[in-house]
Amino acid sequence: MKEFKGRVIAGGNWKGEAAVSHQGFNSLASFQKSALKNAKQVIVSDQNNKDLFGKNITDKALCLPITIGSTTGGLVIQTTCQMGISPACYLFSESIDSLAASGIVLAKIWENSPVIAIDRLGEEFLNTVKTGDQLEVREDGTVIILD
Amino acid sequence: MYKPKMELTLEQKEILEGKQGPTMAKIMETVVMFGDIFDAPRLVKVTHDDGHLVTSFGIKLLKPLFSTMEQINDAGIKTKGNFTVDPRPIDYKNVKCNLLEKLVFSKIMYAKQEMYEEQLAKAGLKDKNAFTCAAYLPEIGNTPKEGDILSWAESSAVVFANSVLGARCNRNSGMLDLFGSIIGYVPEFGLLTDEGRKAKWKVIVKCSKLPEAQILGSAIGMKVMEDVPYVIGLDKWLGNEINDENTGYLKDFGAATASNGAVGLYHIDGLTPEAKKLGQSLIRDDAKEYIIDDAEIERVYKSYPIMWKKPDKKGNLVFIGCPHLTFTQLNNWTDKIIAGLKETGHKKVVVRTIMTTAPDILDKFKKTPKYEKLLKTGVKVTSICPLMYTNNPLTKSRRIYTSSNKLRTYSTARYAKDQEILDFVIGKENK
Repeated sequence: MKEFKGRVIAGGNWKGEAAVSHQGFNSLASFQKSALKNAKQVIVSDQNNKDLFGKNITDKALCLPITIGSTTGGLVIQTTCQMGISPACYLFSESIDSLAASGIVLAKIWENSPVIAIDRLGEEFLNTVKTGDQLEVREDGTVIILD
Repeated sequence: MYKPKMELTLEQKEILEGKQGPTMAKIMETVVMFGDIFDAPRLVKVTHDDGHLVTSFGIKLLKPLFSTMEQINDAGIKTKGNFTVDPRPIDYKNVKCNLLEKLVFSKIMYAKQEMYEEQLAKAGLKDKNAFTCAAYLPEIGNTPKEGDILSWAESSAVVFANSVLGARCNRNSGMLDLFGSIIGYVPEFGLLTDEGRKAKWKVIVKCSKLPEAQILGSAIGMKVMEDVPYVIGLDKWLGNEINDENTGYLKDFGAATASNGAVGLYHIDGLTPEAKKLGQSLIRDDAKEYIIDDAEIERVYKSYPIMWKKPDKKGNLVFIGCPHLTFTQLNNWTDKIIAGLKETGHKKVVVRTIMTTAPDILDKFKKTPKYEKLLKTGVKVTSICPLMYTNNPLTKSRRIYTSSNKLRTYSTARYAKDQEILDFVIGKENK
């Protein structure tokens, strides 16, 4: 069991599975295919993302450094929250970027979304957590990788 | 009600408290909460009132966008200035589609396009020609001055405005671009501050010739992510003044840094306005170094995955111009294609080829004799967003080549260098 503490952007308690991107997560490239198909889950469609391409991230804890790419990114995050196919948590190792922050704020204010976001979890968090790990996320920004 | 961390003026507090109605309060709350995440001390005035929005497409599933716009329209809320917006998704005249594609585009994917354009018009859209990702070009005229504060989105436009024009704009998301243009204020943090504009990366270009803008930008974007790079070694090819020729290069370079990474500002030593004024003092003491030589450019180029279903087959469609071509680029491509066809003996391009540019630039180009000459080569010119076209699930079977690293990133299109694209379309190379 290993514990990390970050800054709460949007708090909540949650337990579930991690999906890890070691590189910047391109929201539009990752979500667009599933969102356009009106799919029930997000299968990552970003060809550049070697960690998550082709993987399901709906209702998982997306562990990432930051998001990158198109400035539709925030709206895409908001839309996937509205559609109910978003990751349950966004766990950033670095300080959250402006696009992801927009998406989380839009989802909270305009969609009343329960999405959780914690940033500044540190490089060690991203080096330790692996796709498929079980995580516990607490309201105070604690993230525990369960054994 | 949300308790802001930042200092607000009385007017801003009153908007937040609902004095101008619930929709304005919600808009203010969104902007303030967003700024608080970045410890912005206050909101600062947008000094270039004309906004630019990234969301130009009426994709049916973007329900949050349409419902927010509806609330804005219903409340009679407009932006302070007018705004431009990214390109439209459809142009059946110049980008021919079969019946099934038309059905998918008009009835399914972009079924809300007409309704959404009406919403945009009510909110403050500039005019019918306002649909381009390169609205900062002089023909369109949404061109901020050095030091202007903006509320823009569209990653390629933000990075151009910051880097080449010296304006100040964060990488705002769709919706936040509009909200800032409505309230006339944006949170002061990141690229709006002197400190935020300093480079965390010193990039030294040691190539034997000017590297392809789209590959250099891609390499830097993937390396520095959202940090600011200070690029040394390009001015010997690009010169020391921004001009029509290097504007196209800087536009394409920036778009690749922003789509393959998250760059919102770059400095080019000896060329871009802040680098010319402040030089290498813009580089932070703790900056990391990235050296780019011919081998690194080739490594990055070869690393792009090929997403075609049948990668061994020839390409059957070419898109040139993402972001939209400048007037000079449009002329240069036309000259090269006409000269190339003379060389190969073909009357027309050997593959369906589409060039994209802003509506105002296309209108200007149509007034020149080159336009008819270009049409005779079989090339089509349009003002759509190629990404919106390639998003169609039916286009998966098309084998699209593009000289845009942005289009490559968001579609199954395959990237090729400018010269390779030219050789392909004139029938010199069998790709």
